[in-house]
Amino acid sequence: MNAPAYNFAYLDEQTKRMIRRAILKAIAIPGYQVPFASREMPMPYGWGTGGVQVTAAILGPQDVLKVIDQGSDDTTNAISIRKFFAKTAGVATTTATEDATVIQTRHRIPETSLHANQVLVYQVPIPEPLRFLEPRETETRRMHALAEYGLMHVKLYEDIARFGHIATAYAYPVKVNARYVMDPSPTPKFDNPKMDNCPALQLFGAGREKRIYAIPPYTQVVSLDFEDHPFEPYRFNAPCALCAAENSYLDEIVTDDKGGRMFVCSDTDYCEGRQAAGHHGSLSAAPYKEKAQEAPNG
Amino acid sequence: MTTIAELPPGFVDKVLSAQSTFRSVMDAMARPGSVQRIVPTSGAPHVMMRGTAAIALTLFDHDTPLWLDARMSESTDVTKWLKFHTGAPVVQDSSIVSFALISEGGALPSLERFALGTSEYPDRSTTLILQVESLHSGRSFELRGPGIDGVATLKASIKPFDLFERLRINEALFPRGIDVVLVADDAVVAVPRTTRVVSKGS
Repeated sequence: MNAPAYNFAYLDEQTKRMIRRAILKAIAIPGYQVPFASREMPMPYGWGTGGVQVTAAILGPQDVLKVIDQGSDDTTNAISIRKFFAKTAGVATTTATEDATVIQTRHRIPETSLHANQVLVYQVPIPEPLRFLEPRETETRRMHALAEYGLMHVKLYEDIARFGHIATAYAYPVKVNARYVMDPSPTPKFDNPKMDNCPALQLFGAGREKRIYAIPPYTQVVSLDFEDHPFEPYRFNAPCALCAAENSYLDEIVTDDKGGRMFVCSDTDYCEGRQAAGHHGSLSAAPYKEKAQEAPNG
Repeated sequence: MTTIAELPPGFVDKVLSAQSTFRSVMDAMARPGSVQRIVPTSGAPHVMMRGTAAIALTLFDHDTPLWLDARMSESTDVTKWLKFHTGAPVVQDSSIVSFALISEGGALPSLERFALGTSEYPDRSTTLILQVESLHSGRSFELRGPGIDGVATLKASIKPFDLFERLRINEALFPRGIDVVLVADDAVVAVPRTTRVVSKGS
């Protein structure tokens, strides 16, 4: 039998219609979490089932898909999702940020600026920014309805009281279009400023929690803070060890058991692009060459 | 009696046509005021524009109650076509519908009669699909809001003439409100509840 056993982009058409209607309402109400009937996907919760469903609902044969996991194109999660859509939708895939029309991401925003013909799809584990402050859905929903976000400021204040600064480093709450407080998914707060006034459409899918939300292009996204403790993005104070970038988000990589470590760009496409353009960091390897046969006298 | 064979056809390729139509509507919603084209064509019953027909085939199903204006609901072509191709229930009570199809904008009922959502669930609101005369000529409207880089200018010939005045309820009600999709033949412009009209010329 040669006929594929699944529909284009895996999901059936009724599911896609349901998700598409949720996406339209999410765009119309920026930052508001639209409930949707999340389906079981052929991967476990926590592996991006929400993002995969959003991508499946918007993807067309002319799209070019990029998938990143913590900035990397080459990790298991990113590769398996990319292969999933290459197989079920036959779309072209890429690792180059500027060539992609749809970018599905787990917890990073690419370093390269996004453009207007792109859609960024986030995989979201817990969409409710107030959930750890208030476990009851009925209550958090009421709080959003009333724009009652004092509790979130108390949380940030408690950070300051305890640590002297706002210690929240990822999933840093933002206010979208001066109305809804939203969880930007567990992206490092370094990425928060990229969400503001972004030319690309940003869609968020939470599969287990069954929520879709969105930030339309050119929408104000403000990280919550205080006048005397303004929001500050965090970055390790080091250049990338491979491409010497001074302004990218860095991963810390432990290199031995004696405290050795290196800092490298979390965005692999950005880092490779810079290396190809001739930038070299302190630990960038020389191009690999076959070792010449050991000559007897050196 | 109309048989199925006499009904105008749906999409030739249900899957890809629905995808392409959705992307046009999504882009329209994400960039209010921008004119998007709906490429795939299906048959469309008399009274219904081809853009409207494509949107219906893309977004309507048994989960989406519909409200039709008088001219649409009087046309058995339209009701049979919708019933056969989408299965969406057509109801009389406009306050519970997911979508409302308006072919005669002049007779648009008061917007308060549609679902405006609740404060807890503002998404449970009607999307108004309004057929208009033109989306490239006519009065010019300046729009601001999320999705718009500064100001977007829309040139359109719209009935009712006071549509944007009426849509000012969105300002007071937000996050509740009503989202509008304007259709002129194959052109689509969306005006979500966040869009504000800042000025208009003649």
